[in-house]
Amino acid sequence: MNYKLDFVRRRKWFYLISGVLLLLGLVSFLLQGLNLGIDFKSGTRVDVRIGHPYDLTEAKKVLTGLGYKDANVRAAGNNKEVLVFRTNEVLSPDKVAKIRTAFQQKYGKQVDIQEQKVDPIIGQELVRNAIISVAIASIGIILYLTIRFEYRFAVSAVVALLHDVLIVIGLFSLFQWEVDLVFVAAILTIVGYSVNDTIVIFDRIRENVELHKPKKFEDLARVVNESIHQTLVRSINTVLTVVFGAATLLLFGGESIFYFSLALLLGLLFGAYSSIFIASQIWLDWKWRSMNRANPASE
Amino acid sequence: MRVRWGQLVWFSLLVIAVLATVALTTKDVVNRITLGLDLRGGFEVLYEAKPHEKGQKITPQTLASAAEALRNRIDVLGVTEPDITIEGNNRIRVQLAGVKDKEKAREILGKPARLTFRDPTGKKVLLDGGDLKEGSASQDYDQSGRPAVMLELKNPQKFYDLTRKYVGQPMPIYLDDQQLDAPVINEPIPNGKAIITGNFTAESAKTLANLLNAGSLPVDLKEKQSYSVDASLGQDSLMKSLRAGLIALVMIFVFVIGYYRLPGLIAVVTLLAYSYLVLLTFSLLNVTLTLPGIAAYILGIGMAVDANIIMYERIKEEMRRGKSIPASVRSGSRRSFLTIFDANITTVLAAAVLFYFGTAGVKGFAVSLIVSIAVSFLTAVALARILMTLLLKANVLKSPALFGVKESEIGEL
Repeated sequence: MNYKLDFVRRRKWFYLISGVLLLLGLVSFLLQGLNLGIDFKSGTRVDVRIGHPYDLTEAKKVLTGLGYKDANVRAAGNNKEVLVFRTNEVLSPDKVAKIRTAFQQKYGKQVDIQEQKVDPIIGQELVRNAIISVAIASIGIILYLTIRFEYRFAVSAVVALLHDVLIVIGLFSLFQWEVDLVFVAAILTIVGYSVNDTIVIFDRIRENVELHKPKKFEDLARVVNESIHQTLVRSINTVLTVVFGAATLLLFGGESIFYFSLALLLGLLFGAYSSIFIASQIWLDWKWRSMNRANPASE
Repeated sequence: MRVRWGQLVWFSLLVIAVLATVALTTKDVVNRITLGLDLRGGFEVLYEAKPHEKGQKITPQTLASAAEALRNRIDVLGVTEPDITIEGNNRIRVQLAGVKDKEKAREILGKPARLTFRDPTGKKVLLDGGDLKEGSASQDYDQSGRPAVMLELKNPQKFYDLTRKYVGQPMPIYLDDQQLDAPVINEPIPNGKAIITGNFTAESAKTLANLLNAGSLPVDLKEKQSYSVDASLGQDSLMKSLRAGLIALVMIFVFVIGYYRLPGLIAVVTLLAYSYLVLLTFSLLNVTLTLPGIAAYILGIGMAVDANIIMYERIKEEMRRGKSIPASVRSGSRRSFLTIFDANITTVLAAAVLFYFGTAGVKGFAVSLIVSIAVSFLTAVALARILMTLLLKANVLKSPALFGVKESEIGEL
């Protein structure tokens, strides 16, 4: 191979970039939290499919006429043919029927309505369960990788995994993208992909360590660089194929899974990034410190 | 070396068998998969069971009988294949696909429908739904031609005694807390037959009769969450996500063939087998496919290619080191196996934990994750190796260019 990129030398920069992203996410999370969708707040979300592009101000007037003065209204859909409307009030069935009638009178019989009412407890339970599950799964991953590899690989892989998940959550907070229940599914998918991607590189690092038995920092750094290089084409090709999937869903999948696809896309990209630039580098630093402590003369 | 046609024929037969199975039976498999409400439209309610009166406990038995009562009521609605699941220790989820009038559904499902005959003050309950003869309620008309509900009581003697006691007084009839009728008893009624003339239309009288026959709910159901999708909207989501999937699939195919050439072609065959087998497993395990489920499936196709990619990259590496093609294929497949195994087993581990601790939605996700990994092992590892070995034995894999390896790269590492 002709290209020789030194991933190790710039690792402090990658730590910095990830650190800044994580910090931004954390600050935003503390200051403005997440833009929680209907699944986590009590209220009603009504999707009115008008079927053709319409004027949002005109449509808002229909709702104001019905007494919904400060409801959250926005246009949605590929051709902006859908109106999404959210209120903190739990709408009774006849109120929904009134909304339907009002829109049908204005825009014609083809108007369809989808309505969702929620008690937030259910959503909170699901999130709590998912968090507990991810925590337990992380411990399981650490145990397995400790047995098959060594604990430094195990912990680094889990750190990278949490890094990916937290960055995506942070970005969703920063840009106030809507978070709903399927977002949880997207996060879980990211967890699965992130570990998978990291292990392939770790597997190669382990193989090369056995092959070259590095003693000096330069040797260790070369092993890591070489391993990343040897698996680089695979890393790129794999992330490309999953990105094909996530990107087409984002572009063509329709309004209802837009944020789901967005979370997936970001998670996959960061998952591929962190395997190379975070997980492998953390392992390197940690490994070197351990080697140093065992044999201080080697410096 | 000469081309061994026998092996090549086996290879072609295997590929044709895979392609033919996929082409001919995919439609049937897909039709057998249960679609979630978000994809076919319908109505879903999550109820929380609350005791009728203080002291009543919500037990698995009461929940089961409440679910049974709900099932009877759904028959009234004429909806086929309702999905009623008990969740946790006090919740019941009802999913009705293709229900048109969801307001009526809500009314019929959620009403406790406790019918009571009370004393003239309306406070004391004399008879309740349990005293009705099963299946005896029917819609009819009274003497003046108004719609009414006819009832028959299990114990005519008890009814006779009560009506004798309250002769000349009203005996109000309540449905839950609402008074339907307060007929004045003119004379004791001997045959155990009662008639309710509330403010009915023929339609509402019939609904009430059906509800009474279906039985009252043993618990109060409080609506916690509801979700409804118009059928056309569900159809729209389904079409959009399928189109997205198709585009992704074509892009992945073009990419792997472009990059990996002949092995890429094998990857396409194994991916088709993968996509098909996952759907088949979904239909056999009765997995309900939802919109996020389809998204995960499409993504899963991308992730399944990973196994192919890891193997092919390893084979190419071996070739660049100067090994012969057969030796490269053999050691490449062997060496990549453990990598693929370790990478996937951790994901399975995570999925198993999610399945064990997760709630319904998370569980479904975990199942599809485990299914897709298991299937990808079968196709991207086993099937791909079989196909590759057959080609190798047929002596058609002669040039590294077939793998996308340039002659100039060989021996550089």
